[in-house]
Amino acid sequence: MVFNTHNSFINMKKLGIIVLGLAMLPLSLIAQNDSGVNLKNLFGDLRARHIGPALMSGRINDMEVHPTNDRILYAGTAGGGVWKSNDAGTTFNPIFDDHCQSIGAVEIDPNDPDNVIYVGTGETWTRNSVSYGDGLYKSTDGGSNWKKLGFDNSERIANIIVNPKNSNEVFVAVLGALWSDSEERGVYKSLDAGETWKKILYINETTGAADMTMDPNDPSVIYASMWEFRRTGWSFSSGGENSALYKSTNGGETWNKIHEGFPNGQLGRLAIAVAPSNSNILYTVIEAEDPKRKGLYRSDDAGEHWKQLNNDFGITVRPFYFSRITVDPRNPDVVIKGGLSGSISKDGGKTFKSLGNMHSDIHDIVFDINDSDRIYAGTDGGVYRSWNGGTTMEIVENLPLSQFYHISVDDATPYNIYGGLQDNGSWYGPSASSGGINAGDWNSIGGGDGFRVLKHPTKDIIYSEMQGAENVWRYDVSSKLVKTIQPLAQEGHEDLRFNWNAPMAISKLRPNRFYMGSQYLHISEDMGDTWRIISPDLTTNDATKQQQADSGGLSMDNSGAENHTTIFTIAESPIDDNVIWVGTDDGNVQVTKNGGKTWDNVVVNISGLPKNTWTYHIEASVHGKGIAYAVFDGHTTGDMKPYVYKTSDYGLTWKNIVSTNVVGTTRNIQEDYVNENLLYLGTEFGLYITADGGTNWEKFTKNVPPVAIHFIDLQPTTNDLVLGTHGRGIIIIDDISPLRDITTKALKEKLYFFDSKPMVLSDESGFAGSFGAETQFVGANPNRSPQIKYLLPKRHTFGKMTMEIKDLDGNVISTLTPGKSKGINIVNWFGTIKQPKVAKGKTFAFGGFATPRVPAGTYTAVITKGRDVFEHTFDIINDNRAGLTKEDHKFKQDIMSKMYNMTEELAYMVYQIDTFLASPSTKSKVKTELENLKKTLVITTGDNYVGSAEPELREKLANLFSKIVGSYDKPSNNELENLKTIESRFVSSNKVFNKLKKKIKNVDYQSFESFLKE
Amino acid sequence: MKTIKLFLIALSLSAFTGIQAQTAEEIVANYFENTGGLDNWGKLEGIKMSSKVSQGGMEIPLEIIQLKNGNQMTVINFQGLEIKQGVFDGEVLWSTNFQTQKAEKSDKESTDNMKIQSQDFPDAFYNYKEKGYTIELLGTEDLEGTETFKIKLTKTPMVVEGEEVENSSIYYFDSENFVPIVIHTEVRMGAGKGMISETKLSDYQEVDGLYFPFSMTQGIKDGMSQPITMDEIVLNPTVDLNVFKFPEETSSEVEKN
Repeated sequence: MVFNTHNSFINMKKLGIIVLGLAMLPLSLIAQNDSGVNLKNLFGDLRARHIGPALMSGRINDMEVHPTNDRILYAGTAGGGVWKSNDAGTTFNPIFDDHCQSIGAVEIDPNDPDNVIYVGTGETWTRNSVSYGDGLYKSTDGGSNWKKLGFDNSERIANIIVNPKNSNEVFVAVLGALWSDSEERGVYKSLDAGETWKKILYINETTGAADMTMDPNDPSVIYASMWEFRRTGWSFSSGGENSALYKSTNGGETWNKIHEGFPNGQLGRLAIAVAPSNSNILYTVIEAEDPKRKGLYRSDDAGEHWKQLNNDFGITVRPFYFSRITVDPRNPDVVIKGGLSGSISKDGGKTFKSLGNMHSDIHDIVFDINDSDRIYAGTDGGVYRSWNGGTTMEIVENLPLSQFYHISVDDATPYNIYGGLQDNGSWYGPSASSGGINAGDWNSIGGGDGFRVLKHPTKDIIYSEMQGAENVWRYDVSSKLVKTIQPLAQEGHEDLRFNWNAPMAISKLRPNRFYMGSQYLHISEDMGDTWRIISPDLTTNDATKQQQADSGGLSMDNSGAENHTTIFTIAESPIDDNVIWVGTDDGNVQVTKNGGKTWDNVVVNISGLPKNTWTYHIEASVHGKGIAYAVFDGHTTGDMKPYVYKTSDYGLTWKNIVSTNVVGTTRNIQEDYVNENLLYLGTEFGLYITADGGTNWEKFTKNVPPVAIHFIDLQPTTNDLVLGTHGRGIIIIDDISPLRDITTKALKEKLYFFDSKPMVLSDESGFAGSFGAETQFVGANPNRSPQIKYLLPKRHTFGKMTMEIKDLDGNVISTLTPGKSKGINIVNWFGTIKQPKVAKGKTFAFGGFATPRVPAGTYTAVITKGRDVFEHTFDIINDNRAGLTKEDHKFKQDIMSKMYNMTEELAYMVYQIDTFLASPSTKSKVKTELENLKKTLVITTGDNYVGSAEPELREKLANLFSKIVGSYDKPSNNELENLKTIESRFVSSNKVFNKLKKKIKNVDYQSFESFLKE
Repeated sequence: MKTIKLFLIALSLSAFTGIQAQTAEEIVANYFENTGGLDNWGKLEGIKMSSKVSQGGMEIPLEIIQLKNGNQMTVINFQGLEIKQGVFDGEVLWSTNFQTQKAEKSDKESTDNMKIQSQDFPDAFYNYKEKGYTIELLGTEDLEGTETFKIKLTKTPMVVEGEEVENSSIYYFDSENFVPIVIHTEVRMGAGKGMISETKLSDYQEVDGLYFPFSMTQGIKDGMSQPITMDEIVLNPTVDLNVFKFPEETSSEVEKN
């Protein structure tokens, strides 16, 4: 009994500890979870890099030339901001990265063209996927700083005109809301350079100003076209009774319709242009009810009378997308019309031919101010230049404006990014490449408009698609074999309805599983060869939203872009493959917990969400199989508010997790795989991050412009956050892991070091051909050198702050410059010691610039800030790709160390010789001998290029040193043999020197130690 | 240490007055007051800065000399050899060619622009009015958690590719202690034309009564950057003016220095 009691006492005690431990564990987790921090001003050195691609560029909305300097031009892009060229279109730089990236119009004040620029946001070629703007901006310093001038609800601005004789008089044509009624449209005028505005032409809530121009010879004469138009998620309508062309002859005081010669009936979108060289000659393009009466019209009496000249396909095609006329500034009969290919007329508009080959969909064309042979075109695939009047066109290669609908990543090293683009197919490319990620690194993986692209989890297979799942491709990368696998109509089911941007998904748990969504959820267990439908129609199946064949208004436009009542997002739980989430474009959120046997529409459990709001993305969590996030986008009903919800019980209840500072519609959410409170949100105006589960969202602006972010992925090995933007290509924030570790406690420290995984000294090199990089966009590589990361609660400005790397014995290995920012600081270390001190010769021993690596092991980073010292210990490990053993590494270190020392000893020998030679005490005979010796030690003649002398001991030693330091491998026999000859020459030189040194008297010189420190 | 303590007290005092400091003139005046006093800046005859730049793990010693008369140079030391860059004697701008190690003159436009820039000593804001420069307060800006005054400094225009261009920079003054912590300048010439260069300043320390940033990071905004740390700053150094003179065809000149 006694023993038993004793035993049970021990057991109880043990149990107690375990119970206590258990109780403590969740408590500490809860404590951490509940106390997540507000990330405001803490991102510090965490900075994004842009990797393009730029080879297919992206959609351009408006081009603008400088009125007096033919080297300067601007591109206003559909989703990538404003770009300026200072070299006649050879290269461009972004100048509008802090503001809305969807651009309608760019205007330069002709009275002060170097300084005053207006930018109207919100693209105006109103396709289904357009973004929207947030007003009018002005710069008075050539684009460095911008001021908002209102028009917050204008959504899209079509034109801005500054009176060429009066900078204070500014006209703005507001096209206005595409998806809803709005009173903020029509023509506005300012008499104080944009400070205040008066609406001077307004029709109604559905009709906006689509085009506007001014008589260049008489600023009181203004022409404006008004357009009645509307888009919904399922239809588009162009035209109506209210569309018309107006003229004012009194600076906008009064307006008259100028329709003499126009077709009867309703009108659609109209373009208007005045010939700069003869302001009586006007051109308009008319979208009309009668197809025969559509097309180009000309007036030779400033709009009094009009005559139809042409209704070719190139002139009448898709007026909502192409309604721009440009007249040669020197010849009123040379006219260019935007279009599918772009058309040019040399006979005053009677006949046209296509412009030279370039990317299709030409939205704007501008002529050079001095030379009509030089033309710039803005297309769906970037900016093109012509030197021969539009016959041949060449693409600008440094505009990374790619518009991704979706992206994904794989698990390769370096990982690849996959994605589909508006009108530019589907692609994949690497996250890192020798010399940077350039055009040649990207691989085409599908045509048409590209959307979702997914890599098979284990096989070398990629799935991609084109619009409306017309083709879904399965591509075997290694054999280059491709087949189409889209689900086809099945017996017993209705015709399939696929979204323009049709959803596909793979399973984390079953590699061969592949999902597609029409109105049904389709599942394949054999990579798309066999399909099963595992759901009823999961949409509202609202027949009134299925009339896409009638879409377009006056010009039928059934491209498939208006297909509605379809599934838009699919997510299988990464924990349980029977739990599948489906979101639809008409606002349903459906979930099954039994692999599709039964479905629940759980959107009804979300309060505060307007009915039928587009379910844009559902993220099934890794933190619990009942946990999911749903993001909704209401912009196709004119509702621009963000909607983000979280459920932890399969959708029974939902929590609103968006804070009031998030502006614009939401498209995507990505959860962190480690810290459940850490979430990344893609919105129409950039990236937001929360570390407290959505209580506080902080906008991430470090090289992430306010661009529409359509999709986000988190690479689980590198912890890189990858953003698929609709206008600025792929943007990557490398290694976001410090964000997981910012806690209230860490913020209270004077300096807090983030935990670091062992850091690898990468052996990767390769050949970086930089051919063409002068004018091509090259994406930035990640920094893969060892990094020391820490958190500062406040910026360091005054006093000394230093950083040293020490080995375990306390020796200082390297001195680094620490970061001083508030928040996260990242200091790169190359994992090397500094270069050896090299003997002074006539020229450089280039091999002597090599910096040998430190051995793998444990090091300490020591930061001294004022009187405070902070230390952080971390491990450096070797790159195992080299296949070297521990002994190999040790051997290499010993050889490098030996050569390093020999280099410095030689330097000291030469220093002593130079000192002795300079001394009058040295006898001339000894001097001659010293000089002769020196000639064998270092180069004493020639230059650093082709005038170089033959290598001596220093150069031979340095070259071999550099060869061994630069190699991933251990020293080869070849190198060791070479070292022997160098070593023996060094030894014999040393002997000669020591003999001569004995003959030197009364000359002062430094000790070896002080020489090294010098 | 005593000086630093006193200085910190001065700083906390000026922080109080700082809230009211609204005009660009006041901010710049505060800057000079906090960094040693305008008069003392005016007495400065020259500066010699010794620093090390780290490039790809390699340590490069750098010496920068700037004098009141506009003479200046940067000396890089490689393997005991001196490479001089941006040497200006008031008339001629020259640098050592890396391959031949001989001095070569810069083009006329660069030289003319250097003449304009050499007026900046001891500080671009010093006597800015007399130099014909203008300053403008563009507002306050929260720069990564530090409240700053954003001041545009417009200097004498430069000529680039034959055309006169604005020569301006935006300075972000820490609103707590009135020293610039970030400078943005549009690159006006060369391959980076049109990009914004960014200089970050920190580690302000006292040297004989004047305060200088001992740590700088220079690069392209949102792009690559390069840290420079000052090891030592010497005021009013003794410098033989001949070192700024362009050495007419003499290859040994470089070695002798």
